[in-house]
Amino acid sequence: MPRRERLSVSNVETVGAYTLLRLERGGLDPGIPGQFFMLEAPGRLLPRALSLCLAPAGELAFLLEAVGPGTEALCALEAGDGIHVFGPLGNGFRLDVERPLLVGGGIGMAPLPYLAERIGRAPVVLGFRTELHAAASALLPDAEVVVEPRLVTELIEPGYDVLACGPEPMLRAVGDLCPGAQLAWEAPMACGYGACYGCAVEIDGELKRLCVEGPVLAAA
Amino acid sequence: MRLLNASGCLDALTAPEVAQQLDGFVTKTITPLPREGNAPPRIAETAHGMLNAIGLANPGRERFLAETLPRLHELKLSVWVSVGGFCAADYAETCAALAGIEAIELNLSCPNVDEAADGAAEIVAACRRATQLPLFAKLSAAHPDLGEVARAVAAAGVDGLSLVNTLRGMALHPKTHAPVLARGQGGLSGPSLKPVALAAVHTCYAATRLPVVGMGGVTCGQDVIDLVACGARDVALGTVLFSDPDAPARVRAELASIDLDEVFASAHESTHVLA
Repeated sequence: MPRRERLSVSNVETVGAYTLLRLERGGLDPGIPGQFFMLEAPGRLLPRALSLCLAPAGELAFLLEAVGPGTEALCALEAGDGIHVFGPLGNGFRLDVERPLLVGGGIGMAPLPYLAERIGRAPVVLGFRTELHAAASALLPDAEVVVEPRLVTELIEPGYDVLACGPEPMLRAVGDLCPGAQLAWEAPMACGYGACYGCAVEIDGELKRLCVEGPVLAAA
Repeated sequence: MRLLNASGCLDALTAPEVAQQLDGFVTKTITPLPREGNAPPRIAETAHGMLNAIGLANPGRERFLAETLPRLHELKLSVWVSVGGFCAADYAETCAALAGIEAIELNLSCPNVDEAADGAAEIVAACRRATQLPLFAKLSAAHPDLGEVARAVAAAGVDGLSLVNTLRGMALHPKTHAPVLARGQGGLSGPSLKPVALAAVHTCYAATRLPVVGMGGVTCGQDVIDLVACGARDVALGTVLFSDPDAPARVRAELASIDLDEVFASAHESTHVLA
């Protein structure tokens, strides 16, 4: 059941080109990997949707890339600050797969550490655009990593149940390679709970709300 | 004072516990035929507001009546149905098909569709002939003589006014200068809209003395007080619901010690001065 609470920032760490924001968990449930939370971005009107990266005892941790005023405000938080957090929201990954392979691209690796923890031993392949971004693979020490111009899709072998998160071109390529893959998508979102209709994406030939139907969808 | 949601800012079926905090639930606008809405991106954040260009996405009248409305009734909500269309007959046919609801809000002011509707008064007159249910006309503050529009829809038979809809705006990518919204322009909502809403409520209440549902940039109890002081009988929450689904309970708690009837009485004085 999603709840909205004001949580305290316990720590903010730099991880390569990204920021890992650790919050005290309060009464919030970490949910299923691939589900997301709406985080209040200080000074901004709308919260930002982020999938959970890590769920250590008593904490919720989110991996962020500062790409605009909202994520910049979140990356600038300091220990002791408080922000409202609402979640968990949406539909996460199905964990009952036989031969999982976790695939991440760039900041799309965010949900994979928590997914890896929950799904048990699974191979992980990651792709990044620079070595600095690739430093975030430290959160998944056993992962196989490539940096552009090599693409993460080169590392996908047949026969796996793929669970992937990353930029749209990567997800489309993974979906083409692996029909039945579980893909975690992203879309601009004002509310995260079906109210705003902002996050419409084409699903089965129709525009549907990603926050309600997704963000994890089966590749067609 | 009843606390409602602004149309298009809440889906009671995905968030029943939010809708049940309100005194009435206003649906997303229903059109005769299903509409997918506009291509994404459909929303953009601005300095003190947001833009949307959803484009009246809805399941259409038939599916709404057969599937959505019965589920809303199961939730025991006081339902207001927002009705849209592209000519007076569209609106009137939907009004005629509605029963067992609290009120109808005629959306005469969506900024996000191309098709031009008939005149507001003509639409209201057709709907008045089609239904006995309370009719509220939702107007845009963009009209240069809003008081005149309010008087025209009052003469055509509305029972109240909903003020305001969003105002058309635009946001650009800082580097490419391309519009953020796929449609280019969208409707501005949020705190930026509050002064516009206060002026519109003030003007239209002075012009008609009809019951007004005030909305536009409400985030807290003080915003409700301001709208009521301008002549709003009821108030709706819009964009604030996106960032705070607990807003209805919070706003109500902030108003606990306020006598809103007394505040409303001051509207008579201020609108008298204006009129």
